[in-house]
Amino acid sequence: MRVSKAEVTLNYVILTVFAVIALTPILTVLATVFQHRTGGGSASKGAADGGVLATGAGNLAEAWSSGGFGRYLLTSLLVAVVVLGVSLVLSIMTGYAFGTMRFRGSTALFYLFLLGLMIPAEAIVIPLFFDLRTLGLTDTLLAVAGPQIAQSVAFGTFWMRAQFRAMPPELIDAAAMDGATSWRTLTGVLVPASKQGIATLSVLVFMWTWNEFLIPLVMSPTGAFRTAPLALSIFKGQYTAETQLLAAAAVIIALPVVIVFIILQRYFIKGMLEGGVK
Amino acid sequence: MSTAVGTKGRQGGRRMPSAVARSAWTPYLFLLPALAVYGAFALFPLVRSAQYSLYDWSGLGPSEFVGLGNYADLAADPVFRTAIGNALVLIVFYAIIPLLIGLVLAAILRRGQVKGLGFFRTVIFLPQVIALVVVAVAWRAFYAPDGTLNTVLRGVGLDSLTRGWLGEPGTALVAIGFIGTWLEIGLVMLLLLAGMARIPNEQYEAARLDGAGPIREFFAVTLPAVRAEIATALVLTVIAALKTFDLIYMTTSGGPGDTTTVPSYEVYRRAFELKDVGSACAVAIVLTVIVFAINVVISRIGEKH
Repeated sequence: MRVSKAEVTLNYVILTVFAVIALTPILTVLATVFQHRTGGGSASKGAADGGVLATGAGNLAEAWSSGGFGRYLLTSLLVAVVVLGVSLVLSIMTGYAFGTMRFRGSTALFYLFLLGLMIPAEAIVIPLFFDLRTLGLTDTLLAVAGPQIAQSVAFGTFWMRAQFRAMPPELIDAAAMDGATSWRTLTGVLVPASKQGIATLSVLVFMWTWNEFLIPLVMSPTGAFRTAPLALSIFKGQYTAETQLLAAAAVIIALPVVIVFIILQRYFIKGMLEGGVK
Repeated sequence: MSTAVGTKGRQGGRRMPSAVARSAWTPYLFLLPALAVYGAFALFPLVRSAQYSLYDWSGLGPSEFVGLGNYADLAADPVFRTAIGNALVLIVFYAIIPLLIGLVLAAILRRGQVKGLGFFRTVIFLPQVIALVVVAVAWRAFYAPDGTLNTVLRGVGLDSLTRGWLGEPGTALVAIGFIGTWLEIGLVMLLLLAGMARIPNEQYEAARLDGAGPIREFFAVTLPAVRAEIATALVLTVIAALKTFDLIYMTTSGGPGDTTTVPSYEVYRRAFELKDVGSACAVAIVLTVIVFAINVVISRIGEKH
């Protein structure tokens, strides 16, 4: 397995170049947060004489309060938790049926769920908005979370089926010997045995829901269920000239997901490398 | 894989769905809640979309049945044709270029001998994790008239090249395209790495014993083994290109003129700005059909051997 020194060097150069490309826009935004505010009329108190960290903290605090991000982050969290919780339970159930049981129409039904992976949000969001408006249900958690649960269940079914199919059949046979019901077998044996796959799915669904833009934009026209990314787009319209505040707001929105990702990255990337394509 | 399911079914008795499912109805009960939600929030609205696309409706008041009129209008609509053309350009930047770069990066990481594999993997994947609205804020600052890109160009004496990259018809679409490339490289790389991790080391050792260098090894061993992953990567990135809504909404709003509009942006614009719900739904249905068709074609290519 010897590889020439020149090749190793070249490999490092290539990887470093792309790592730098990936990081540059992110680090530029981060650096902007720590700059003195230039645009706009409102002079920033204390930032002029404070250090770099004080300037950054000042920008973050100012963005936080003027954008009202506390409330929108909570809305985002609520939507993400509901979408994640419901779609996880539903797709563990469908994955169990498709992955371990034989029944009439299983192939056709599975393809019906697979279809959901291909339906773009753009294709469902318009009629859904008008139909829910007729029912007086826009601007509700149901309207914002419902379509995202449907999309996550389509992917989750596909993912959990692969997880449960990869389980040794002896697990289920042993549970049957013990007289376990199908529900007990799922919650007591199969779910604990597929923690890794469920964790990876959770990170994916959380990330997608947190970052979703079109569905909350359309489904909550008054902003009653405005999620954090939407709040950022409105903030952008109001503070176009305040580059530093906009950067601070962007960091506030991105940070929760980046933190989740960095904490779970080993777990998550391992799950991605082993899961899915089976 | 399918045999494993088969034995389970047999051991549970002649007709039972599995060893622990004692009623023929059990699997359907497990599917029912998911089917209800999925049907109500995905399948039904899709059917409604098709239905709305046959009407002329402003979103309020009475609607008028126009048959395939909205589709006929689309065929003659220059804005819609521009949107489709733009989507095709974006596919090159979102899918083709990341695939080529991702192949090189994954092959390097698979070959090993590189320290800090985990670091490079994580950093290059990071763009995928960040909300597109945040990505848009970052790249707007990069492309701004006094932004990073122009500063660098001035620094190396290329003042003549500086411009408002997102504001000029000639550069806006390509500027957005590069954001897509930046976004998708990490995803493609990770999917390909997953495929390459399954290639047995013996195959590489055999190739190296035959005196194959890195290039020949790549074409003889690596590339044929990751066909399925290439197909998956292409499906995901092509769909991402066709669904570029957040980025366009946050950077250019389809402008200048219509130079950066895409089908998904047209759906939104027609429904809520132009108050032409029928046309919006017609675009949505065309978009869905295109996504389906691309999926079918790419999966076929992935399966062929």
